[in-house]
Amino acid sequence: MTRASRGSAVVMTLYLLFLLVPIYWLLNMSLKTNAEITGAFSLYPLNPTLANYRTILTDPSWYMGYVNSLIYVVMNTALSLAVALPAAYAFSRYRFLGDKHLFFWLLTNRMAPPAVFALPFFQLYSAVGLFDTHIAVALAHCLFNVPLAVWILEGFMSGVPREIDETAYIDGYSFPRFFVRIFMPLIASGIGVAAFFCFMFSWVELLLSRTLTSVNAKPIAATMTRTVSASGLDWGVLAAAGVLTILPGALVIWFVRNYIAKGFALGRV
Amino acid sequence: MMDKPVNNRAWFLVLPVLIVVAFSAVIPLMTVVNYSVQDTFGNNQFFWNGLGWFQEVLESDRIHAALGRQLLFSAIILAIEIPLGIFIALNMPKRGFWASLVLVLMALPLLIPWNVVGTIWQVFGRVDIGLLGHTLAAMGFDYNYVNDPVDAWATIIVMDVWHWTSLVALLCYAGLQSIPDAYYQAARIDQASRWGVFRYIELPKMGGVLLIAVLLRFMDSFMIYTEPFVVTGGGPGNATTFLSIDLVKMAIGQFDLGPAAAFSLIYFLVILLISWVFYTVMTAQRETP
Repeated sequence: MTRASRGSAVVMTLYLLFLLVPIYWLLNMSLKTNAEITGAFSLYPLNPTLANYRTILTDPSWYMGYVNSLIYVVMNTALSLAVALPAAYAFSRYRFLGDKHLFFWLLTNRMAPPAVFALPFFQLYSAVGLFDTHIAVALAHCLFNVPLAVWILEGFMSGVPREIDETAYIDGYSFPRFFVRIFMPLIASGIGVAAFFCFMFSWVELLLSRTLTSVNAKPIAATMTRTVSASGLDWGVLAAAGVLTILPGALVIWFVRNYIAKGFALGRV
Repeated sequence: MMDKPVNNRAWFLVLPVLIVVAFSAVIPLMTVVNYSVQDTFGNNQFFWNGLGWFQEVLESDRIHAALGRQLLFSAIILAIEIPLGIFIALNMPKRGFWASLVLVLMALPLLIPWNVVGTIWQVFGRVDIGLLGHTLAAMGFDYNYVNDPVDAWATIIVMDVWHWTSLVALLCYAGLQSIPDAYYQAARIDQASRWGVFRYIELPKMGGVLLIAVLLRFMDSFMIYTEPFVVTGGGPGNATTFLSIDLVKMAIGQFDLGPAAAFSLIYFLVILLISWVFYTVMTAQRETP
């Protein structure tokens, strides 16, 4: 090992420690009983217990939070991709009246502070009778996920040579058949990355999903805040719930690891 | 970019997006505009209030203070996360299993729900049960993020650095990966110093992604809400009440529709202006690669 690479290893080890220790602490707490958490201070659980996880996985008011979150996240991802795919194709392949303005306008929605939209969303969805439904949250999250998906997909689509489209049309493919049978497989990784980012940003958002739900579609994140304020002291269960919210992201990230940067750069690396 | 055929029928492909985004962005925004120019005595009776609310918001000391805190916060975040992110990116392993593992571990904080991020640090910083708070207290520091504004700020800044530095690092890493080996070989032949390689090869090549990183971090830190809300709830006092926290307090807590709407529009215009800079820079960079 050269001196430089040893230095790099030290830097990376320190940085990863900084990232992982707080997460470890959450995991540590989730495996302790409340008595142990508040009683003795220890760096690892002395009597590891899964009781906190059992509480969450057997109590509907807890685990339904996960189900609700997953429902609206999946709905949002499907909806975002369905509308974003044709639009991204239009932006990547054609010039049309107002295309640049439209593309910019989409971006402004990604940049819009959710706090600005919280109240009007609440009133809009109450007015149309969608308050406290999964579709309301799924639609609200389209505010930032549709622009994101369009931008990411456009980035990937622009990497596919246009000759492929032209050849397919000459071979007699209709547009829908070409799009589904030839084009979508070509940008499969792009679709995967866009789906991942829609999933992720819908999963981590709390302000809108909390404002738009009360009981039936309450997301897990909001269930957690309620527990903090109400009982105030159930640290073990809180920690276990937190750990369970980290899992979905941690599981899927391996598949998109090489595209994370491209996704965060809105398809522009 | 220039040789794309003109085809106005492409509008049909964009139509679904327009409908969805109109429902989730334009209609709510119209409601905001509507409230911003009206006042109410309750019972859904509204009357015209002109630009009164805008004037009130623009002259409000409380909002000026929140804006000041917000700008200071974003400035500190950029000053720490950008150099640190570049430094981390330069030290990341270039290929192989370790590179993949490091990438995944680094991305982990980015995928945690924002209120859980808040919860993690709220617990981590507690003197009685948190590792950080406990360690600081054991070392003799008088650390308490609930009562001490400086500690509250420090906690929130460290939390944000923890949460988002990896984003900057990942973007810079992607930029570094695109530098051909030939550049480094040429630098070695010229006997360039490590600083020279960084200054004249790596930094210019990272320029594009770095810009995206700066703008994304600025925007997202400018509208931060959930994490500080969970950790400090905007306190102690108003010490960590940033723009979004203040706005939500006004709109949903006190239901001050008029001022909150005016505030929203001004907030949104600022964001719009920054987005425009972002967009111009990004597209310009793409057309001249």
